[in-house]
Amino acid sequence: MSETLDHIASAARTDAPPAILLDKVNKWYGALHVLRDVSLNVALGERVVVCGPSGSGKSTMIRCINRLETHQEGTIKVNGIELSDDLKALDDIRREVGMVFQSFNLFPHLTILENCTLAPIWVRRMPKKEAEELAMHYLTRVRIPEQAKKYPGQLSGGQQQRVAIARALCMKPKIMLFDEPTSALDPEMIKEVLDTMVGLAETGMTMICVTHEMGFARQVADRVVFMDRGEIVEIGEPNHLFENPQTERLKTFLSQILRGH
Amino acid sequence: MSDITLNASAKVAEAAPRSAPISQVGFVGWMRANLFSGWLSTAVTLLLAYMIVRWAIGFVDWAFINAVWSVPNNQTQACRDLRGTGACWAVITEKHRFILFGTYPYEEHWRPALCIALFVGLYIVSAMRRFWRKELALIWVGVLTLIGVLMWGGVLGMPYVPQERWGGLVITLILATFGLALAFPLAILVALGRRSKLPAIKALCVLYVELIRGVPLISLLFMASVMFPLFLPEGMNIDKLLRAQLAIILFAGAYLAEVVRGGLQSLSKGQYEAADALGLSYWQKTGFIILPQALRLVIPPLVNTFIGFFKDTSLVLIIGIFDLLTAGKTAIIEPAWQGFGIEVYLTVGAIYFIFCFAMSKYSQGLEAELNRHRAR
Amino acid sequence: MSQTTIDPRSLRAPPRRPLRLSWSDERVRAIVWQVLVVGIIGAIVWWLWSNTVHNLEVRRIATGFGFLGREAGLPIAENLIPYSPTDTYFRALLIGLLNTLKVAVVGIVLATVFGTLIGIARLSKNWLLSKIAGVYIEVIRDLPLLLQLLFWYAILQGLPGPRQALHPVGGVFLSNRGLKLPWIEWQDAHSYALLAFALGALFTWFYRRDAIRKRILDGRPRPVWPVALGCLLVLPVAIWAAAGAPWTVDWPELRGFNFRGGLNMSPEYFALLLGLTTYTAGFIAEIVRAGILAVPHGQWEAAQALGLRPGQVLKQVVLPQALRVIIPPMTSQYLNITKNSSLAVAIGYQDIVSIANTTLNQTGQAIEGIAIIMLVYLSISLSISLFMNWYNARIALVER
Ligand SMILES: Nc1ncnc2c1ncn2[C@@H]1O[C@H](COP(=O)(O)OP(=O)(O)O)[C@@H](O)[C@H]1O
Ligand SMILES: [Mg+2]
Repeated sequence: MSETLDHIASAARTDAPPAILLDKVNKWYGALHVLRDVSLNVALGERVVVCGPSGSGKSTMIRCINRLETHQEGTIKVNGIELSDDLKALDDIRREVGMVFQSFNLFPHLTILENCTLAPIWVRRMPKKEAEELAMHYLTRVRIPEQAKKYPGQLSGGQQQRVAIARALCMKPKIMLFDEPTSALDPEMIKEVLDTMVGLAETGMTMICVTHEMGFARQVADRVVFMDRGEIVEIGEPNHLFENPQTERLKTFLSQILRGH
Repeated sequence: MSDITLNASAKVAEAAPRSAPISQVGFVGWMRANLFSGWLSTAVTLLLAYMIVRWAIGFVDWAFINAVWSVPNNQTQACRDLRGTGACWAVITEKHRFILFGTYPYEEHWRPALCIALFVGLYIVSAMRRFWRKELALIWVGVLTLIGVLMWGGVLGMPYVPQERWGGLVITLILATFGLALAFPLAILVALGRRSKLPAIKALCVLYVELIRGVPLISLLFMASVMFPLFLPEGMNIDKLLRAQLAIILFAGAYLAEVVRGGLQSLSKGQYEAADALGLSYWQKTGFIILPQALRLVIPPLVNTFIGFFKDTSLVLIIGIFDLLTAGKTAIIEPAWQGFGIEVYLTVGAIYFIFCFAMSKYSQGLEAELNRHRAR
Repeated sequence: MSQTTIDPRSLRAPPRRPLRLSWSDERVRAIVWQVLVVGIIGAIVWWLWSNTVHNLEVRRIATGFGFLGREAGLPIAENLIPYSPTDTYFRALLIGLLNTLKVAVVGIVLATVFGTLIGIARLSKNWLLSKIAGVYIEVIRDLPLLLQLLFWYAILQGLPGPRQALHPVGGVFLSNRGLKLPWIEWQDAHSYALLAFALGALFTWFYRRDAIRKRILDGRPRPVWPVALGCLLVLPVAIWAAAGAPWTVDWPELRGFNFRGGLNMSPEYFALLLGLTTYTAGFIAEIVRAGILAVPHGQWEAAQALGLRPGQVLKQVVLPQALRVIIPPMTSQYLNITKNSSLAVAIGYQDIVSIANTTLNQTGQAIEGIAIIMLVYLSISLSISLFMNWYNARIALVER
């Protein structure tokens, strides 16, 4: 156990700026305070799993990181670039950060291959041939190269989610955000998506992943963040956190999760 | 291991829920989010607000402050002196009976007025879910007969009034309502025919629907007014109003048929198969299983189509039938009242608007309700 | 037994059931029903037809389209191609058709632009803008078009006469005789320059498409603006200058009781165009709004998260999906504008219906007159639906 801890610690102690920095981030929807003084550092190469009851602000937090939502107080820095109204900075950040949604959000009017090459061609200005090779590379990595010519509607949920992962990877992001990527899937498909994500974690990708899959968290997470009612309640190494919850809230949450599974 | 957050789970100090900065909530927050969220939005808001205020002041000046409400016996000089700076509502004061009832005998105006009330009552009853039963058809037949008796008279001490003297709002309501009532059965037959497996029947229905939908209503009304007399055997003559009514039914039938067909199409195949599996005949299947469901589904688009006919009945103006719009237009033909078209059209427009707006709001509400049902 | 021999039974054609002449045979019923329905409708049509023939004989009306070659003697105020009352009925009807097309085509373009803007305004985050668009849509759709036309016409008629014409900016006059605009005196040089501009626009469009295609292939951006500048501005201006750079503006001027010169838009055309455009825009706005709303929010978010710019999100992701929802109802709105332009007859704009109506009143050829009206509209309707179906199929192909 101490080995893994050393590894994490050294990853965090490098002098490089943290991949993601949230400092006292606050956000409201109208009068609803959805993020309360959220502070979090994610080092380059670190894998963080975020869990917490539904409505606790997990999605809101990671959507603030690529500015699908705007925060109102505090600072968010991605790769040292601060998120603000500056559109140039926003473009840079969106290129560095890939995102996978709960509901896949594949583009139904484009083939799988076109879904993957769209952004490389239009954003990275990559030649089509190169973009297609890249797309095929990642589609092979998520183990569905043979579906490239099909449309999203012709694929199963698990396959669609793997395409969504490949689509995000085609932008060669340095950071990947996952918002409950397996919650919309049938049990037998969850594993294929999780396996893909484990494979991705092994390449050293920086990841923030909202999920309730405990096994996945134990296997790949360097740290687990537990959120409740808009705030980060506990942060810690997964086994430790799950075995020694410090707060009532986490205890209740864990018992509910375990009962649910 | 100095970094405590890394090697042991740590309880993070609890942050109390704070209320949002004052600029985010309440009236100020709402204004900021919805009216002044950026320089462009602010500019648009200010510009629009300025234009609305200016226009509203101008309108109030014209319509109320400077307006003339009545003039003694057709002396419209007071109105003309305004030179467009104020409205001449005197024309409405003077002509409102004519606009509403046309040339119907003055002492008998209570009869068309009662008919208008009956029509409105009929609409309200039909709009209520409680009455969506087979008996509704009987109510319609009863009320429409009663309206016919009231309008014609000749019984119960009511003097007979020939059709040529009917006019105004009641004609608009008659054309639209009778049009719908009679076009509806036709539309159902045509919609069923268009989905039938029998090629000849299908072809006939397609031909009818596409022909009617491909030409303007005016051409059908012209046909009714000039060609129709040629179609009938010598000596047989049909009143002009009835001919226009026939044209409107033919026209409405084609459009309603498409709406009904949409409902038939949106039923799942399982319903047809389940009915077949029960061994029902075609007409049993259609009458007991398919139509009741399909018609419920298409009520909102049916109401929208009805709004369309209600407005389209105004086209009879072109062949000289005395509906609401024609009455309005005729009211200002008299030299004394010439040039006050804007006041008259605004008033007539308000009447049309009340009917159409009520129906359109009703259909929107119904649609939302049906969608909620389906989502559940 | 060899594995490869095919079971002979699997090659057998399905048995043909012999037709039994009995009511319980489905095919007999089908035939009886069809014969019955077609027979009844045929009988009605035949009855109407024989009545008509008889009535025409009694009234001594000759049928046929011979009257088209006769002198029309009916004055037409607005004509796109030369016309005088001594021309034939055929030419008069042709003028009417052109007038219909003139108002329908311009109306379609304006209503599309205006309606799209209102539909987008309805979706705006600005509450005031969205509410105003909403009120506009609701009010305009709940009033009969004919009433709106009469209203606009009444307003135009209520304007002061030419002598006191409204005069918002130099050269523009709005009076009860219509709208007068300054216009350049048209010469050949202008036609050449316009032609060069049109060809240039076409070329620029193709060039841009090609540039994007090549950019996608090899990733190297190719600027389009130099070509656009050259084709759209430099070349037309050069041609115009080479042809002597004629530039005489024809200003409308008050002469006696009316205006001379300039471009004239009659009050009838103006009212009709205004009414058709504002009315149909209300419907188009709703169609556009529904189309954009039909694209789920997740699609916008996913495209943004991939780093696409707002313009690219719209062009690459949202529009292709929204258009699929928008185009079919849009087609029927275009058909509606065309059919509704027939209301021209109520305010005295001489479109095909108005002229055919006059024709049938003058000649008594009721059947032919109405047949012409219907034929014209049916062919316009058919052309628009064919074009739209083709376009729809093209768009659908991109999808699946
Ligand atoms: N667009 C929105 N407008 C208003 N409230 C929202 C919106 N999105 C989320 N919320 C609210 O913010 C809170 C946090 O939501 P979310 O971040 O989606 O929670 P989680 O992902 O943890 O389930 C919830 O109470 C939710 O209802
Ligand atoms: Mg969530």
